[in-house]
Amino acid sequence: MQAETTIEPPRAHYLNADYGWRSWLFTTDHKRIGILYLVSITLFFFLGGLFAALVRLELATPAGDLVSSETYNKLFSMHGIIMVFFFLIPSIPAVLGNFLVPLMIGARDVAFPRLNLLSWYLFNLGGLFMLYAVLRGGVDTGWTFYPPYSSNFANTNVAAAVTAIFIAGFSSILTGLNFVVTIHSMRAPGMTWFRLPLFIWSMYATSIIQVLGTPVLAITLALVAAERLLHLGVFDPAYGGDPVLFQHLFWFYSHPAVYIMVLPSMGVVSELVATFTRKNVYGYKFVAFSSIAIAVFGFLVWGHHLFVSGQSVYAGMVFSFLSYAVAIPSAIKVFNWTATLHKASVSYQTPMLYAFGFIGLFTIGGLTGLFLAALGIDIHVTDTYFVIAHFHYIMVGGAVMGYLGGLHYWWPKISGRMYPEGWAKLSALVVFTGFNLTFFPQFLLGYMGMPRRYHAYPPEFQVLNVMSSAGATILGVGYVLPMVYLVWSMRYGPKASANPWPSTGLEWQTSSPPPTENFEVTPVVTNEPYDFPALARGRAGAQLEPEAHPA
Amino acid sequence: MTEHIVPIRVYAIIFAALLALTATTCAISFINLGRMNAVVALVIAFGKALLVALFFMHLRYSRRLMQVVVVAGLFWLGIMIALTMSDFLTRGWLTYR
Amino acid sequence: MAESHATSYSALAHQFDTLEQQRDAATLGMWVFLVTEVMFFGGLFTSYVVYRSLHPFAFAQVSQHLDIALGTINTAVLICSSFTMATAVYGAQKGRRRMIVVFLTLTILLGLAFIGIKLYEYYQKFVEHFVPGNSFSFPAPYARQAEMFFSLYFAMTGLHALHMIVGVGLLTWLIVLTARGRFTPEYHSPVELTGLYWHFVDIVWIFLYPLLYLIGRHLE
Repeated sequence: MQAETTIEPPRAHYLNADYGWRSWLFTTDHKRIGILYLVSITLFFFLGGLFAALVRLELATPAGDLVSSETYNKLFSMHGIIMVFFFLIPSIPAVLGNFLVPLMIGARDVAFPRLNLLSWYLFNLGGLFMLYAVLRGGVDTGWTFYPPYSSNFANTNVAAAVTAIFIAGFSSILTGLNFVVTIHSMRAPGMTWFRLPLFIWSMYATSIIQVLGTPVLAITLALVAAERLLHLGVFDPAYGGDPVLFQHLFWFYSHPAVYIMVLPSMGVVSELVATFTRKNVYGYKFVAFSSIAIAVFGFLVWGHHLFVSGQSVYAGMVFSFLSYAVAIPSAIKVFNWTATLHKASVSYQTPMLYAFGFIGLFTIGGLTGLFLAALGIDIHVTDTYFVIAHFHYIMVGGAVMGYLGGLHYWWPKISGRMYPEGWAKLSALVVFTGFNLTFFPQFLLGYMGMPRRYHAYPPEFQVLNVMSSAGATILGVGYVLPMVYLVWSMRYGPKASANPWPSTGLEWQTSSPPPTENFEVTPVVTNEPYDFPALARGRAGAQLEPEAHPA
Repeated sequence: MTEHIVPIRVYAIIFAALLALTATTCAISFINLGRMNAVVALVIAFGKALLVALFFMHLRYSRRLMQVVVVAGLFWLGIMIALTMSDFLTRGWLTYR
Repeated sequence: MAESHATSYSALAHQFDTLEQQRDAATLGMWVFLVTEVMFFGGLFTSYVVYRSLHPFAFAQVSQHLDIALGTINTAVLICSSFTMATAVYGAQKGRRRMIVVFLTLTILLGLAFIGIKLYEYYQKFVEHFVPGNSFSFPAPYARQAEMFFSLYFAMTGLHALHMIVGVGLLTWLIVLTARGRFTPEYHSPVELTGLYWHFVDIVWIFLYPLLYLIGRHLE
């Protein structure tokens, strides 16, 4: 079996196996479900981006002159809610995870395919509630829904919005559940835990967070709705309640949620670094365990969002210390990726450009997180643009870069076509430039004292704000370009072979696009992960011997 | 792994034990043990839950993985309660002059 | 490929290689789901722990207004229902259809009894003006804390009752499937998994009972 395989594009694969809207809307094929999610989250991404554009437009001038402050509150709230819950949380798990997890472990599908489809429908049902809330005028509580404003005083569509997130949350829970069971129960023969691709380790860790954390968000938002609708006053000081309790429960989920957003991206980067250096990732086991460590430690730090809330200083010190600890496994990954580059033959194709972008920008985002974890500094910069810059460096500079890199890397597998490399490289550079121009000035603004969630600011901040808004425009262009050329490539792109890069991993041992059952014959794994020397010698990542388990 | 079939006799014994523990926790609750009331009640409740989980839910006869999953879930609940309480219990410690 | 069933209905889903793998995956899936339920209820339990630690005496006093007789009876009812559920699963393991149907039916009846008693308790609270909201009224000095206690009471027992109702629905569906001959000693996962769910709901009540009904009895 040759490494650059000459497998012809198959006559029948998962895209042409069946036609018609019913074959898509009632599919249980994990690959088709991944594409269904791709469509849904892309729509929400552009809606969330529209709100961001309006925010940046308002902030181009110091006066609050584009919209009223009430409307501005709605703009940033909708931007946050849609981007977090309807784009970032599902993005890599539901699109790339759904598509790749069974392929990478050598399975025919996930453990519960119908549950998988249900997850997609739940996501869209939540999305419909969200659209309803938007069309009715939106919410102005911020994506964090703090009471007592959200429970007692906001007269916007809080109940609709929290219902939307509640339902979408169950979509996330079920996806995580599906992946946990799939990874435990359905690995191909020979696919031991330490032969798994690092993307699978990341997805497993992410799924643990989804399963353990999201239910807490669900009950907490349900309590806000109950307080609004049924007068059950769990956070109401009039009943002896404490609004800070809401913050504890909310951030118990929402901090690990940021790891739901970034861990899969880290998994993608591991795959990209391995493939485009043609080396095993340095310290595979360290990187694998660091994913689990991030998932576990990520649950211990939520109080760093409550430093100025009235939380006990002693609890604050504990959470500050733990927040420093959680940076360590992330740093281990960055060190190991960097070490992989040493004496490697690096090729600079588009996915690798996104990987480099991730490593640099995530490092900046992560380090500024440590600034925020220091109690003293946090007093100064909390609720300023410093925080906004910090989390956008991680969410956009990190998570979205990884998502785009992965989308490009696996595009030939998903669509059977190659994207145009020239346009893709250009887009990557546009995104990188636009991103830094948008968000680096915000570190400076925040440090100088510009508060977040305000639509007016002192005139001396205007220059940096204009830079930021200009950058946002460039960033927007960078996001539209892939939309265009990826869709174009589905029809006009050159056909892709099974293993175009080439890379190790079971997903590259089957055709592009794969058949519905993923593999003609169930693979038996004998190679260690990222065994590029074996690939070069012409031995594939797995023996595809006719087995006792024909697909 | 073949399924382990638990005989009904075992279920009946556990059932009786659960009823007995319920009666016990109810009766003890009327005796004033001060702060120990809460402790005793929770210990009995944990005991009942353990019986239901081990025997009715077959956890005793399940793969190690199921047991790890259950322990992990309880541990995570413990984290949530413990670290949240670390705030509320220590708020009064800092006094300002 | 293992030949795995005696019935004409093919129980093995295409993504699995053997019925055993399928059953193990389904069991793991249900336990993971139950862990999500632990965290779901856990938010309410956390709130309870926080507020009880802030107002221990008030909570104990207010708790005396709950009907301990009904609460204890309900606990016994649920324990009986767990016994009947476990027996139904036993019947499924042995392939005894009538046994499954009989004991599932008993479980449903006990579940409905629980819900009925709960509704009656809610009605009592409504009449006594203990439902939080505009018509809430509780004698001083614990009116504020009482409204908090009853908010937690209704939230926790309400969520629990909701889960019971879903459980009763699942059990009904199981009876239909059993009548159609869907289950064999080799394949009866739905019965087992529903059993796990039902026992979990029982376990939640095992904790709700002392935390809500028993905390103030020693001060009476």
